[in-house]
Amino acid sequence: MTDKPLIIVEDLAKTFVLHNAESATIPVFQDLTLQVAAGECVVLAGESGVGKSTLMRSIFGNYLPTQGAVKVWHDGAYVDITQANPHEVLEVRRRTLGYVSQFLRVIPRVPTLQLVMEPLLENGVAFEEAKDRASELLSALRLPEAHWDLPPATFSGGEQQRVNIARSFIRKYPVLLLDEPTASLDAENRAIVVRLINEALKEGAAMIGIFHDLDVRDAVASRLFEVSQFKAAA
Amino acid sequence: MNAIPGRIAPAPLLSVEGLTKWYGHVLGCRDVAFDLRPGEVLGIVGESGSGKTTLLNCISGKLTPTSGEVRFDTRRFGLTDIYGLSEPDRRRMQREEWGFVHQNPRDGLRMRVSGGANVAEPLMNLGSRHYGNMRQATIDWLDRVELDTRRIDDKPRNFSGGMQQRIQVARNLIHGPRLVFMDEPTGGLDVSVQARLLDLLRELVRDLGLAVIIVTHDMAVARLMADRLMVMKGGEVVETGLTDQVLDDPQHPYTQLLVSSVLQI
Repeated sequence: MTDKPLIIVEDLAKTFVLHNAESATIPVFQDLTLQVAAGECVVLAGESGVGKSTLMRSIFGNYLPTQGAVKVWHDGAYVDITQANPHEVLEVRRRTLGYVSQFLRVIPRVPTLQLVMEPLLENGVAFEEAKDRASELLSALRLPEAHWDLPPATFSGGEQQRVNIARSFIRKYPVLLLDEPTASLDAENRAIVVRLINEALKEGAAMIGIFHDLDVRDAVASRLFEVSQFKAAA
Repeated sequence: MNAIPGRIAPAPLLSVEGLTKWYGHVLGCRDVAFDLRPGEVLGIVGESGSGKTTLLNCISGKLTPTSGEVRFDTRRFGLTDIYGLSEPDRRRMQREEWGFVHQNPRDGLRMRVSGGANVAEPLMNLGSRHYGNMRQATIDWLDRVELDTRRIDDKPRNFSGGMQQRIQVARNLIHGPRLVFMDEPTGGLDVSVQARLLDLLRELVRDLGLAVIIVTHDMAVARLMADRLMVMKGGEVVETGLTDQVLDDPQHPYTQLLVSSVLQI
């Protein structure tokens, strides 16, 4: 483990330009600076539309920031996600940087257990070990075993969300971005996810999260971060 | 605390530079350049007539470009311009090291010989002569693409479109290529068959560490298969980048239009 921050966001700016809407520009934030250390969970605060998800997606490399740097500690060095080649970003995402969205997006008709094993198989983990770890995690998330051989398309929102969480947590990412991972869960399942998050933090993961549920937020947050303080002028 | 670049990247398997093709006065594609690494999946997207297929044909050695280079890390000659090779050397390299999955299985299969013979043929072309070994390899591959191995002797026309496409996939992977070209591989299939075939292709690409160049006009297929995308319009590449970045935060006006035009169900 390192005492360096695992995430360093420097002078980040993001403005959307919509070329097909008379080139409308939508400034979101500018000069945004943020550091997250190992074992820390920074929760993004602010109302809808302030740019929480945009910031998170910019850190993941899913959005292209207009300016600034996003450095992620990967393999003993910082990789600037905004400048790295696609294959470098994919390598960082494969082993270091995870992102849990609210929605499950997978190939249709693939059984749940296989979907959860997939991230490990991609990383070269043997089939049997991947299967054991996926089963363990699905059990921990209390997804009924009868569901494991079914594709998740027909599952309830909460069940799909737990499949999504399993697919991310199975890789034990050192850096994790959580975009409302508990939005459609009931109280009991929320508590399980909170426990998973806190275990990962104890093992030294750095996290940035968006949680609208105040109980969850208070249970995992090391500190709050107001995105609105970096609001870009329209 | 400056960010340092990642470790030395593996040498490119394929390196394309300044690739241009004119059909007389009509532009096919202009000044295309990119590198492809082992195990990387590159998607080429764009609408009909944007130059996707011209580009694919130029890269895969089927259509001589007007100018530019296509360098491939061949086993026999190292990194070399494929159009600098003699015709027999180029054909041999294509047979040994590449695969090409066509949109229409009939373009990639020989319809007069059995499904099994179609799958085994590349091995025979590469010098295999042991019938038993070839039959066993064929059975293994039919199994891998989830076809009923008892139908090994049936002619392709007796298989459904989705099954024919599986035969074509097996035929193009059995000889252990390092680079596979795919031209709308699921384009002619029912949606129900498409999903399963995509999943199978993804699994094979992962397990075999294949480099793939896949041409598609279907953004959903691009998202599922490709690591990164090249967006083409009017013969030129207008945007490149990580697949999810190009689709979720497109920068070029044309890409924005393309992505926002996708129908939601």
